[in-house]
Amino acid sequence: MTDVELQLAVENLLARYVHALDDDRLEEWPDFFVEQGRYRITTAENFERKLPLAIIYADSRAMLRDRVSALRHANIYESQRYRHVVSSVLVERLEPELARASSNFQVVRIMHSGEATLFASGRYLDRIRIDGSGTRFEERIAVLDSRAVDTLLAIPI
Amino acid sequence: MSEVTQPRTWPREGLARVPYWVYQDSGVYEREQERIYRGAAWNFLGLEAELPNAGDFKTTFVGEMPVVVTRDERGTLNCFENRCAHRGALLCLADRGSAKEIACVYHNWTYDLRGNLTGVAFRRGIKGQGGMPEDAQPESQAPRKLRVTVFCGLVFATLSDETPPFERYVGAEVAARIRRVMKEPVRVLGGYSQVLPSNWKLYFENVKDTYHASLLHLFFSTFRLNRLEQKGGVIVGGEGGSHVSFTMMRTDSSGDEYEKAGMRSVSGGYRLEAPQMLESVDEYGDGITLQILTVFPGFVLQQIMNCLAVRQVLPKGPGRTELVWTAFGYASDDARMTERRIRQANLVGPSGYISLEDGAATGFVQRGVQGAAAHASVVEMGGRSVESSESRVTETSVRGLWQQYRAHMGL
Repeated sequence: MTDVELQLAVENLLARYVHALDDDRLEEWPDFFVEQGRYRITTAENFERKLPLAIIYADSRAMLRDRVSALRHANIYESQRYRHVVSSVLVERLEPELARASSNFQVVRIMHSGEATLFASGRYLDRIRIDGSGTRFEERIAVLDSRAVDTLLAIPI
Repeated sequence: MSEVTQPRTWPREGLARVPYWVYQDSGVYEREQERIYRGAAWNFLGLEAELPNAGDFKTTFVGEMPVVVTRDERGTLNCFENRCAHRGALLCLADRGSAKEIACVYHNWTYDLRGNLTGVAFRRGIKGQGGMPEDAQPESQAPRKLRVTVFCGLVFATLSDETPPFERYVGAEVAARIRRVMKEPVRVLGGYSQVLPSNWKLYFENVKDTYHASLLHLFFSTFRLNRLEQKGGVIVGGEGGSHVSFTMMRTDSSGDEYEKAGMRSVSGGYRLEAPQMLESVDEYGDGITLQILTVFPGFVLQQIMNCLAVRQVLPKGPGRTELVWTAFGYASDDARMTERRIRQANLVGPSGYISLEDGAATGFVQRGVQGAAAHASVVEMGGRSVESSESRVTETSVRGLWQQYRAHMGL
């Protein structure tokens, strides 16, 4: 795989990921990760101070599926959707089938009332496995620029 | 008489009613700042572990009043207003840091770590020109110093000389439950804030409301983490505004009270694929899996299995509250224990399986009572008085909050 092909493969993964979330196809979300994939949302403050606390933490697809089923069946929150905008994707090859990527994101949250706000901004720090079975996250860290979250963060970033 | 011009008097039912104007009225909000936060109350500032070394400081708030918290060169914790004696500018802009002295950026007036004014730039002018009059007393407008108390590694401050000693303020039983969790030196694991679209008291009531826990939060009841038929209790302490509620898990998981009542909060067949998130150890040897403790007016100490955190409730206007979460473990934790705490932290915070609803629910009340200032909420679960209870189908600690609140506010 050439560098250009790698860049495109990573950008394609990042794009499919946010389309799935924004289209409310949450059930597809765990499949963007390898079986023992790690996912966490943290703040720039925690990240820079090397503090381990996360807002959401998972280290397997099973934990991600639990998050989806809790959102579908257990947790109560008002109807809302996100619109992710991802940009400035930097890709670095670490091994023939492993890449590191960092990208910027903004998330607009649109409530059922019509209220739309810039809900989150930050960067994704990813380790991505590219092999015969596809392109998936081994690790995805969403680092929020702000330490404050408005009301609640239900749908993943 | 129109709703707007009605005087603010408490309903005659007393503690069994909470009038909705108390969450909305800007005059009430101003009075709270003076009577409660700047009055005879212990305001939570943070963990002592956040300021381990001499020179460490953080900035935070007492109500809406900005303050600086420092550890001075003698190792003592101090708290003073974050306001320069000169023009009132913020002295400290950073959230946290380390310093030998504090200088106001506006005109470079300097302060020591105890908040004493130590230098006025060009006080005597330059070459006999300018400067302050000989008899000027800028110290008279120095930032106010707060009285600080450290209880088991928790730092509180008060502006009033009247505030009782901390242990008396919260009561012996609540103090004992603080000691239980803050049993040894702690280590900060991180933090974040949650901005709530509601009055601060709605959140503080929510934390004290043991009745809602297993009705709003399905995650709890499905996994029998806090079924009301389980063993536990509520203790109201001090003047009423401090409390502790606790649950002993799995002492009775065979009950079917919820199913019989057809409650929404139980849905059959919901199971975790990765239940190791809930794998926990009994660190206290007493079987208590959940302990939620509050200190009036804005402190929460949480032990949910092995997930430990403090929460600082900061008012940001009548309809807005900032909830500052700081998660911690013990300094003696090994990597596995830290991992366990981080996993269980999925339960709390803005994405918490058992707390994300709270952010929204208090907002539902704030929005629901628009136009109903003259009406009141009904707080009669478990009676109309304030007393400790073995049942958690009670609102006794919510009434306790209003008891202390009304005493402070003269309402």
